[in-house]
This record gives sequence, structure tokens and C-alpha cells, in this order.
Amino acid sequence: MLRRISVSWLLAPLACLLVIQPCMAQVLPEDRADIMVHSYDGGGVTVTGPSLLVRKKVTKDLSLTANYYVDSISSASIDVLSYASPYKEKRTEVSVGADYLLGDTILSAGFTNSNENDFKAQTASFGVRQEIFGGLTVVSLGYARGWDQVGQITDLDFSREAEKRLYRLGVSQVITKKFVMNMDFEGITDQGYLNNPYRQVRYEAPGAQGYLWQSEIYPETRTSGAVSLGGRYFLGEGSVVYGSARVYSDTWGIDAWNTKAGYTYIHNKKWIFDASYRYYTQSSADFYSDMFPYVDAQNFLGRDKEISTFNDHSIRFDVTYDFAVDKWKFLERGTLNFGYNHILFSYDDFRNVLEGGPAGTESFYDFNAGVINVFVSFWF
Amino acid sequence: MHRLIRLLLIAALLQVAACSSVEPWVKPYERANLATEEMKFDRNPVCESYMNHVYEAREGARGASGSAGAGCGCN
Amino acid sequence: MIARNKFSSFLALILAMLLSLPAVAGNTDKPATPFSLPDSSGTMISLDDYKGQVVLINFWASWCGPCRKEMPLLEALHQRYEPLGFTMLGINVEEDSSLADGFLRDTPVTFPILYDRENTVSKSYDVIAMPTTIIVDREGNVRFIHHGYKDGYENDYQDQVRTLIRE
Repeated sequence: MLRRISVSWLLAPLACLLVIQPCMAQVLPEDRADIMVHSYDGGGVTVTGPSLLVRKKVTKDLSLTANYYVDSISSASIDVLSYASPYKEKRTEVSVGADYLLGDTILSAGFTNSNENDFKAQTASFGVRQEIFGGLTVVSLGYARGWDQVGQITDLDFSREAEKRLYRLGVSQVITKKFVMNMDFEGITDQGYLNNPYRQVRYEAPGAQGYLWQSEIYPETRTSGAVSLGGRYFLGEGSVVYGSARVYSDTWGIDAWNTKAGYTYIHNKKWIFDASYRYYTQSSADFYSDMFPYVDAQNFLGRDKEISTFNDHSIRFDVTYDFAVDKWKFLERGTLNFGYNHILFSYDDFRNVLEGGPAGTESFYDFNAGVINVFVSFWF
Repeated sequence: MHRLIRLLLIAALLQVAACSSVEPWVKPYERANLATEEMKFDRNPVCESYMNHVYEAREGARGASGSAGAGCGCN
Repeated sequence: MIARNKFSSFLALILAMLLSLPAVAGNTDKPATPFSLPDSSGTMISLDDYKGQVVLINFWASWCGPCRKEMPLLEALHQRYEPLGFTMLGINVEEDSSLADGFLRDTPVTFPILYDRENTVSKSYDVIAMPTTIIVDREGNVRFIHHGYKDGYENDYQDQVRTLIRE
């Protein structure tokens, strides 16, 4: 029975070739170039660097893209100050991609290479986008594979590997003439060496300090799933409200959700203002503890604040100025952009050991971060 | 193999949907509002992927926050 | 092994999608539905006014990127073939024509632009993509339909217009 059904359904696409009424025509993304400078400053960490993106159609059906991205990191974070010394490092990421338009389907493929002196990552991705129901719905599917190589500056012989697989399903849906929604699902599985070779956990120990440090041990697999739902609603000329929510769960026991709401306003066709608020909260991983009772207390040990119980609030402002390029014949449009994001992280089970005092009674850690990005975009 | 058949089925269904003459309730020529700059989900891909990176490095959750997801609010 | 299966299914999916690529240009022979629409001065212009000529009807909007791109190319085509018994008719589908007029100030065209503010003509011509381009022969029959615009379509229009002019 199953076979009969599937065969008939499989014939349907072929029959479709004979249908006179064609589907909606999709378009490739516009040719553009973006030059951005970004800066993150918070919790003793600063990350700055440039990012450069160029997208260009080389034929009517093929659009190529290239991205160069640098993070220059200077870290004196609470982890570093607790059991190591401040450091500086640089991460360089190069990505190339192609989008190919075939009728009403866009096929895409990409490759990313990320390089640090002690960490290398490569990712290959494939995707398909298709319009259905007369263009009211766009479905996209994505698959990516990543290969990580983890090293250690203090031990050049140290080398571990990890692999990642990523599955994505996205649906974008026109609801009314003023309302669009989209839904995204992403499943990720990791296998291999997933901890950070420098990170430590603390455990109770006799002595004046009351605790000692040992290396963290993470499970060798992790599988996660996330679903998000978002929408944008057109209030009137130049005025849009938007919102989104996401839920997340993984096999390490981290459950998280976040929500975001914002408003976009266009003034005089020249200025675009955008303001948004985002809230995020998560529960800790099963193997997380701020202080383990003794050395090797469990088979897995983690004390990264990223896997602890915490929440963060963000507010963001953006201004875009559309500058006239009538004199510059080779440009269709150009914009200057400034964005500022303020984030407040507060931890519920990660204590500030720098405070001193009796082990396990230090106050819970929190910190503020400021994120700035300034960029210029050209459409040609 | 079952999985393969199932996926092919889905693909076939998608195709039928793609080419079916389902009357779209918002016609292509009625998209004036939807096509505006302020209604775009991914107005600034560079800024968006940067903010995703900022959050993914500091939060436990990952995925479903990308360009095809809800807009980043970046300009 | 499971991973490999998943991957092959993914490939199969892509294949299935490719299997059913639709045609983007059609070829019909039905009489063009008559219409009458106002131009920017309010004068009513009918398809009938161009009986005996080859007419290219282009449904467009100022908010549609490919339409904007196509407009100067259509103008070039109009200027080149107008003396040979051809005309271009641009049908703007926007409710608010001021946006179209703003665009036309920057990208002027010499062929008639008609305003289909109520979308009645767009509906009767079954405009399923923006832009939609329809070429009508001297007898008043719809001969070619193009949905969307990609670089190079203007060459197809030119070939088709030329063929119909010679008929």
C-alpha cells in the first residue's frame, strides 16, 4: 500500500512539468557589499574586528558571496582571572557561497573556514529554497557539516577533533497583505571533543581558600533542537512592529527560551530607526556545578557560565541613513549604519570567586556588555 | 530506506503544492506593503550573523536564530 | 550509517525538487482580454486603440526590484520598434500611484503608463508574478507570456516582438 501511494505521489512532480500554469518566479539576492567594524566589550572581554561581505551575480542564475571576518580578542574574563592569565588572540573566518536559481528553486552551497592558533573549524553547507502556493509560502531546507580541530597553546601535541551535523527547516508565510510570519527548526548534533581545554571546574578542598581547580570534562556527544516563530506586521507607511520567540532543548539538560520585540520606523525615506528588546533565559546543564563536593565527583564536570542557569536582557538601537548616490552611477543605493546593543547577564548559580570569602558563599556573578557595530552598505 | 521514501513523499507533496493552482489569497500585485524595506526579515545579513555569533558564544542555546529566522532588528 | 542515510535522503529531496522545474514562459493563442485604464493625465486608454499593432503589456510596481530594473530596457525596446507598428503599455498595479510617478520621474519612459489601481486588469490577466509581461500580436491574440524578470529576458522580448512585427 505504502509503495503504491509513494509511486503515485512520485509521479505527481513529473505530471507537474505538464501543468501549463507556471509557479511564481523567485529572485536571487541583490548584489551588495558591506563593510562593518564591530566591537564587544563586557565582563573583561573585548572583541573587535572588521567584517566584509560581497555578493555578486555572475550570471542571471548564479550569485556568489564571500565574507571575511575577524575577531581580535583580548580576554581578562572572570574565568581567566580565576585560574589563568589574561590573553589575546585572533580568529579569522573566511566564507564563500553560491546561490543558483533554477526555476522557482534556489540551490545554495557554502564553505566556511575559521582559524585561531588553537582552534580550527570548517563547515560545508547545502540548502534548497522553494516557493509554494503561488509564492505565499517559502520553504527552505538546509544541511551542514562541520569539522573542528581543537588544540592547546601550552601543549602543541594536544589535538582533538569534533564533528557537527546541522539540519534546518524554515517556512516563511505571507498571512495577509500586512503580515508575514516565519518558522524555523534547527537540529544540531555534535560528536567528539566538545570542551574547552583551558576551562576548569572547582571542587571543595581543605585549605584557606576552601577549593581547588581541575579540568572540565564534557560529554562527547550533544544533540539539540530549537524552534523559533517570528512575525512582522505593517502598521502603516514606514512603520513596522516585529516579534519572535524561540524554545531550545538539548541532551545536556539545557532548556532555554528567548523572546524579542521591536519596532522599525522610516523617516523621510532617508532614515531608518529600529529599537528592540530581547530576553533570554536557560537552565543549567545536568553536569554543571559551581562547586563540586570533591575531585572527580562525576564522570562529567562543567562550570562554564554559558551552561549555568542564567538570563540576559538586551536593548538595541539602530540607525540607518540612506545616502543619495545619484552622482555615483555605478551604485544603486548606499547606506550608513550604526547599531548599539546593551546586554545585562545575571547568573543564578555561578558565583564570583574573585570576591573571596568562604567558598560557596560568594555572590552570584553578573555583568554588562556593550556591542557596537558600524557599517556601510552598497548596492550595485 | 523508509526514511528515504518518506522524504521523497514530502518532496513530492511540496512539488504538488508548488505547482498546484491554489489561489493565493495575497496576489503578487498586492504586495506593496510586504515588499517595503521595513518589512524585510533580513535587511542586514552581516549585522545579523554578527549578533547571532555574539549570542551563541555566550548562551547555551544554538540554532534557529539565523537569517531565515526572525529578523535581528539590525538595520 | 544513519548519518549517511540522512544525507542521501537529503540529496534525494533536492533531486525531487529539481525534477519538477516549471516553465517560466508560456505560449498561448487566446484573444487578449480588452481593457480600458486611465493614464497619468486621466485619459482612458484601451487595448483596442492599438488594434493592428504588436503590443507588449508589462505589469509592474515601483516596489518590485526586477520591474525597476526592467523599465529602462523596455523603454529602449519601445523606442526601437515603435516606428514599425509596435507599442509598449506599462500597467502599474499600485493602489497609490504617487509611488509610481516618483519612480518615473527618475526613470522616464515615453510609452503610456496605465494605472490599474483596483487591480481589475491584473486579476483578469492572471498576474501570478511581478513583473508579468504579455505580448499581443496584430490580430489581438496573446502570443507570449513571461513571469518575473531575469537578466536577458529583454532579448527574448525583442526576438518575439520582431517575429510578430514581421507577421
